[in-house]
Amino acid sequence: MLEIKNLSFSVEEDGVRKDIIKDLSAKVEDGKFVVITGPNGSGKSTLARLIMGIERPTGGQILLDGEDISGLDITERAKKGISFAFQQPVRFKGIRVKDLLRLASGRHLSVSEACDYLSEVGLCARDYIDREINSSLSGGELKRIEIATLLARHTRLSVFDEPEAGIDLWSFQNLIRIFEKMRSEISDSSIVIISHQERILNIADEILLLRAGAIQESGTPEEMMPKLVTAGNGVCQRLQ
Amino acid sequence: MVKLDAIQKRLIEEIADLHSVPEGAYNFRANSQLAGRNTTANIDIVSKEDGSGIDIHIKPGTKKESVHIPVVLSQSGIKETVYNDFYIGEDSDVVIVAGCGIDNCGSQDSEHDGIHRFYVGKNAKVKYVEKHYGSGDGRGQRILNPVTEVYMEEDSTMEMEMEQIKGVDSTDRKTIAELKAGAKLVVKERLMTHGSQSAESGYQVSLNGEGASADVVSRSVARDDSSQTFNARITGNAPCNGHTECDSIIMDNGRILAIPSLEANNVDAMLVHEAAIGKIAGDQLTKLMTLGLTEQQAEEQIINGFLS
Repeated sequence: MLEIKNLSFSVEEDGVRKDIIKDLSAKVEDGKFVVITGPNGSGKSTLARLIMGIERPTGGQILLDGEDISGLDITERAKKGISFAFQQPVRFKGIRVKDLLRLASGRHLSVSEACDYLSEVGLCARDYIDREINSSLSGGELKRIEIATLLARHTRLSVFDEPEAGIDLWSFQNLIRIFEKMRSEISDSSIVIISHQERILNIADEILLLRAGAIQESGTPEEMMPKLVTAGNGVCQRLQ
Repeated sequence: MVKLDAIQKRLIEEIADLHSVPEGAYNFRANSQLAGRNTTANIDIVSKEDGSGIDIHIKPGTKKESVHIPVVLSQSGIKETVYNDFYIGEDSDVVIVAGCGIDNCGSQDSEHDGIHRFYVGKNAKVKYVEKHYGSGDGRGQRILNPVTEVYMEEDSTMEMEMEQIKGVDSTDRKTIAELKAGAKLVVKERLMTHGSQSAESGYQVSLNGEGASADVVSRSVARDDSSQTFNARITGNAPCNGHTECDSIIMDNGRILAIPSLEANNVDAMLVHEAAIGKIAGDQLTKLMTLGLTEQQAEEQIINGFLS
């Protein structure tokens, strides 16, 4: 279980302190699929990065299975079982898809195992396994490879920062299917997704609505969706 | 029969990935002496009469054969200049593996200056692999100053992979290429310097015939207090295609000077150069750390990938 207690994060901008996350507390139970949503600038990505240790909080605690991990760095948190999918996946000159999947799995992955992960995310494995993770890959391809690295890690907590950002509609349809599958196969692990997308919000166990660095409301999709969606305007007008 | 001691064998493994005597033609040189040679029906290796090096003759039409010409220096204080001339017959398709390994445990400098000249016949296809490596903890410097000259006839192809990743204190490499019509040159250079090493790499490629093309790509890493200069010039004297790219990672107190240059003397010469120098991107390190790697392991993976 992930537990966030009174978490704060602020930055200095031109000598002025700006609070990005304000005294935020939340819980993600094992086996749950939690979506964090909210308007741009509400602190969603920052919260995700704080969980992974990419940013360090200015106050509060993050606990994983009761252990305070606030002082641990990214590597240590990764080893404790947290995974993170970047909103904009990173490119690497010379590192191939299979190399990244091997690094993610932490062991010598056979080509067929690596191919299995790629197939899971809808990529024809043979075409991708030896591709470099460079600018020859499209945004949608990168996103799916990024998700495949999380599958290869098999960790107990996976955090996805806006998986839908920067991808085309066709890739998005596939992406939704991947998350629906993950949702159906979730067991003792848990998933946190930062998202604006109605179809992702709909499959959540719980939706947290973040506004101005604090959780304004939370609940099931049945409770939350009517509040987030305004008739005739599609997804989340309130979130814009 | 090849006579090599343990250190020399280790150097050979580093520079030529050879764990035993290779198939095909070879010429092993150890501490300025011939340590072994083999010729085949199609590939002849002859010592120059003045003792300054060797001539390699590859018969026209020779296919799928290889030549290995590794050089190792394991005595401190050797300085040598060697001329190796390759005559590659028309329509042949061969792999040439060269390379020099220096182990210097002494206090005197060890230096090998290899001058390689390639005369590539019409329609011939050559893959040339060259690795340089240094080891040993002596105060003596390990110095390699290779000169490579390539003269390419019509429709010939040459692919060059040149790698110097470790242990060479000082290097000044020059590569000159002249291409006739339809000839194609592809160069892939990989260079890493560390400590207080310095490396210079210069290319002068002349595209002299219609349809000639060259692609010169260098990737390098300069770490610690090392310095590098990359100077690549492609000259288009005919309707041709030329591309040069220098991509570098800079670390610590490293210094890199990249001077790509183009000269067009024909209105249909299409020439492009690219150069980029930068440190390892923070988000690359972060991504690999989220997979459980330490920062140092992440850095190693990024550099290994970049130089692969």
